[in-house]
Amino acid sequence: MAARPRRAGRREECMSAPNTPAAGKPKLKTSAMIASIAGEGQRTKPAPFGHALVELARSRPEIVGMTADLAKYTDLHIFAKEYPDRFYQMGMAEQLLMGAASGMAHEGMMPFVTTYAVFAARRAYDFIHQAIAEENRNVKIACALPGLTSGYGPSHQAAEDLALFRAMPNLTVIDPCDALEIEQAVPAMAAHQGPVYMRLLRGSVPLVLDEYDYKFELGKAKLLRDGNDVLVISSGIMTMRALEVATALAVDKVDVGVLHVPTIKPLDTTTILREAAKTGRLVVVAENHTVIGGLGEAVAGALLRGGVTPIFRQIGLPDEFLDAGALPTLHDRYGISTDAMSATIKGWLG
Amino acid sequence: MNTTPIGHNITLAERAYRIRRNALLMGEVQGQGYIGQALDIADVLAVSYFHAMSYRPEDPDWEERDRFMLSNGHYAIALYAALIEAGIVPQEELETYGSDDSRLPMSGMASYTPGMEMSGGSLGLGLSLAVGRCLGLKRKGSASTVYTLFSDGELDEGSVWEAIMSAAHYKLDNLIAMVDVNNQQADGPSTQVMAFEPLTDKLNAFGWFTQRIDGNDMDAVVAAFDAAKAHPEAKPRMIICDTKMGKGVPFLEAREKNHFIRVDAHEWRLALDALDAGRNA
Repeated sequence: MAARPRRAGRREECMSAPNTPAAGKPKLKTSAMIASIAGEGQRTKPAPFGHALVELARSRPEIVGMTADLAKYTDLHIFAKEYPDRFYQMGMAEQLLMGAASGMAHEGMMPFVTTYAVFAARRAYDFIHQAIAEENRNVKIACALPGLTSGYGPSHQAAEDLALFRAMPNLTVIDPCDALEIEQAVPAMAAHQGPVYMRLLRGSVPLVLDEYDYKFELGKAKLLRDGNDVLVISSGIMTMRALEVATALAVDKVDVGVLHVPTIKPLDTTTILREAAKTGRLVVVAENHTVIGGLGEAVAGALLRGGVTPIFRQIGLPDEFLDAGALPTLHDRYGISTDAMSATIKGWLG
Repeated sequence: MNTTPIGHNITLAERAYRIRRNALLMGEVQGQGYIGQALDIADVLAVSYFHAMSYRPEDPDWEERDRFMLSNGHYAIALYAALIEAGIVPQEELETYGSDDSRLPMSGMASYTPGMEMSGGSLGLGLSLAVGRCLGLKRKGSASTVYTLFSDGELDEGSVWEAIMSAAHYKLDNLIAMVDVNNQQADGPSTQVMAFEPLTDKLNAFGWFTQRIDGNDMDAVVAAFDAAKAHPEAKPRMIICDTKMGKGVPFLEAREKNHFIRVDAHEWRLALDALDAGRNA
């Protein structure tokens, strides 16, 4: 077994301080088992996905909920409680889950299927590919713990889900930012005929976009704020971060615009090209995802193909297996916290 | 096992002959195909389409039809042969088998072919899809049955056992699964590639109503399908079909066992002749 020097080094660094002196040990930071991405004092809403699905299902009797032993951890338990006869527990079996969802959809149901992003993307990929995407079944897949939203280590960190699902024909891919957007995305997913993959934020989910007169539209990127110096193009929780970065950098007289791109596929290239073509701005794509194959490279490809070539930078997770630990620590470590992102962008501006 | 001769078995034998013949004609078109499997499963398909299932040839999507799910997509040549015999696919399309723009691709896919209920090919998928179909049918209060065919090699796939467990959990008495035990998969005899016996005991233990038959004994196949349909318990039903690769064409039966039986160009005619000889014997 090859050693992992980088990570081993970090562990030493973490352990050395509390080991001396024995008395009055400082408390170690815990790795958050139950991930909440909400910052201290941030406004949140509870389980927006579960509540939105319950509401939508009142008028859409074809909706069923299906999960692989993760109802409680994907907010689907709220649906299960409201509609016990429309809820299907498939056991800890993600391949079966996706195959059965395809069969259900073939019989006219609209399954909302939940698991963790890692299990959908990695374990059940072929089942989604063949049974759902190739057959073009009307299955809605909502997956918790997208990107780095768990401190549990690589087993639960879906750093590559967008790269994998972007590559799958027929599949619409969305990465919502906050509770408001999830609430709006649920009926939009249902209104779209065909398979959809949504990155799910669960539990107490930050509420941010209500301050921006925002309305989710499938396939549409939205400029949340304009700025003359930097354009941040972002999706998911990184839009929340980008808005915080914009506020923080305004103090330093850096004018940051934020283009939110919740639909990763199909990509709103028209809006992206239009905004990126405005001269004089550093274009930064920020994503809660490996820098390989996600929004960053999708935007880069669109820009090159469109003949728009601004100064281009990426903020995202490195191409490595990520550490376990507390989320704030990890977000700082990998450059996707507000502070780290602000510093990085300032560094690029020189 | 009831092996009493049944009057209409003569007709079923003729159907099976025609399915085999259609498959050989398609094999001849492309000079290749999974003909060993098509010949071994023809009797099961004849009973499925001409004894057990309800469907309307002119309306393959008729809501009240029984569904036939082909998990082992490489058996498409066999299913096309049955769909042609059933009048769901026109006879004249036979000669397009495996050609560019044909509705009859070499591996079965849902969007290509009337009567093809799923995209197979990635082995181990079908039973999971069938579980979903059965759950969906029960939600709708439908009386339709889902028949699903898969191969013994697929028993190596964990997903098959996920589906086997869930079908019993959900008491899917509208599911009749047939596993083709021809004991031949890509790398050799299935039982040597990965031991799956004792299969009947395993499936019984998993909560299925399980029968094991000679899948090339027409009376036995009919009796097993009848028993599966009539079984009173709220359990999924499995018919383990022991079959012989190349059945009906003696020189192919005798050929060294192989997942993909090689047939030389001149042999397709010889195979058709041998099949005819067996029919007239």
